[in-house]
Amino acid sequence: MQIYLPIAEVSVNAFLLLGLGGIVGILSGMFGVGGGFLMTPLLFFIGIPPAVAVATEANQIVASSFSGVLAHVKRKSVDFRMGTVLLIGGLVGAALGVFVFNYLKSLGQVDLLVKLCYVLFLGIIGALMFVESLNAIRKSKKPSKAPKRKQRGWIHALPFKMRFRTSGLYISVIPPLIVGVAVGILAAIMGVGGGFIMVPAMIYLLGMPTKVVVGTSLFQIIFVTAFTTLLHATTNFTVDMVLAVLLLVGGVFGAQVGSRIGTKLKAEQLRILLAMMVLAVCGKLAFDLLVMPSELYSLGAAGGH
Amino acid sequence: MLRLLTLFLALALPVKAEEVVLGMSQTEVAITANFDGSEILIFGAVKREEAIPEGDPLQVTVAIQGPSEPLTVRRKEKRFGIWVNTESVEVDAAPSFYAVATSAPFDQVLSSTEDLRYKISIPSAIRSVGAPMTVADSQSFTEAVIRVRKANGLFQLLEGDVEFSQETLFKTSIAMPANLTEGEYRTRIYLTRSGEVVSEYETFIDVRKVGLERWLYTLSRQQPLMYGLLSLAIAIFSGWAASAIFTALRRN
Repeated sequence: MQIYLPIAEVSVNAFLLLGLGGIVGILSGMFGVGGGFLMTPLLFFIGIPPAVAVATEANQIVASSFSGVLAHVKRKSVDFRMGTVLLIGGLVGAALGVFVFNYLKSLGQVDLLVKLCYVLFLGIIGALMFVESLNAIRKSKKPSKAPKRKQRGWIHALPFKMRFRTSGLYISVIPPLIVGVAVGILAAIMGVGGGFIMVPAMIYLLGMPTKVVVGTSLFQIIFVTAFTTLLHATTNFTVDMVLAVLLLVGGVFGAQVGSRIGTKLKAEQLRILLAMMVLAVCGKLAFDLLVMPSELYSLGAAGGH
Repeated sequence: MLRLLTLFLALALPVKAEEVVLGMSQTEVAITANFDGSEILIFGAVKREEAIPEGDPLQVTVAIQGPSEPLTVRRKEKRFGIWVNTESVEVDAAPSFYAVATSAPFDQVLSSTEDLRYKISIPSAIRSVGAPMTVADSQSFTEAVIRVRKANGLFQLLEGDVEFSQETLFKTSIAMPANLTEGEYRTRIYLTRSGEVVSEYETFIDVRKVGLERWLYTLSRQQPLMYGLLSLAIAIFSGWAASAIFTALRRN
């Protein structure tokens, strides 16, 4: 069944969108990532204009994250205090990100820089997670000594310390704020929730327990993507409600299924799966940048408007 | 979905020996929620007071042109191992949709001087003057516009697609793709003989979003904040509803 999208001004198959939403929703629930890093490139492939894809994806992530976070709230695996600190940074970052996005658009380089960002971040994070999870699995097989407590280095020397009970942490608010800003910028520029960078940052940088990481990142993502949606809707008019509804109907159900699956898998298995997926998307994007495109010319609206 | 066939009588101008009487399957294209492109049937007859003149046969050209807009065309080049946008050219006006159907090969139907005058062929519909001095081959950018739009079905050159019988009755159908822009689509019909235009006729096809599509589009432009908040409300509600449904399902 074809359906016409009023803002994107293209006609696409409704079941294709429902299916894409569902699959990405499952991943979102399993890993606590918004799924935007998969969905946004997929939307490009089916012919949605990039500006509309980025803005609408933000709206869809609000729905799937909200659905996902409810399941985590019931299991008490959300650190609201940490989430709020990350959120404050996130809102600042999102505003910066939309500003940077509009500036790059006027230069005609937004596609390239978005793709380079993807390749860089996905590559680094994917590789780090992959190696780390492999080591963790290897260690868990051997009857090893108790795992060493995470680094007590420079992060613990910073001022403005705060107690995060749910995470069992007593650290400075500066690192989570910086993580929040970075994620907010990425959310606005790349049309992603930023979970794929926030989850590893929370585990490796902040030393949060894996159990609360997913719920807390979903909590932060809801508000940052909601803010991004509003910014795009009011400055670029690129949020397509029909597209968003189709994606989120599939997405919210997928997220529920995914979070059930997530509780049944071990943390290491979960992380290695996510790492492999991140690396696959990274590889595809890098390949596209290196291979000569079939059409060297591209059309855009005049004056970088 | 052919509508009632509506006939448009051409105003009888006595100076012209041969004139177009035109009919179209529809004069409006309504973009609804399940819009998947539209096929427009254009048909008509040549009205004449005397016998068919001797010499070359009469030919028919039909051109449909969507609203024009300025464009930026960018070219990729390999820099530091990756393909990046480098040079760009502003095209002053390019139609968002352009279809030309003729009753014979284009160069037999219309001479190049007449094409210049009436701007019928696809390249003549694109206006580009301001190529920067640094770009040596600005022509290839205009060609790229045509190539990209042809690949999307937005530009069509349909040579020999007009059925023309007895130099009197003509008929053609033009497929408009789903990715149409709203606006007035200028529709022109030319009668030519030996490459010269002997008669022309012009009308408009109105392409409009209707119903929900119209409402959403208008809301997004006129009340963007409301639109954004509505999008968020739908998102939050769906997220909550899905969660509630799943919880209820697990209890049973």
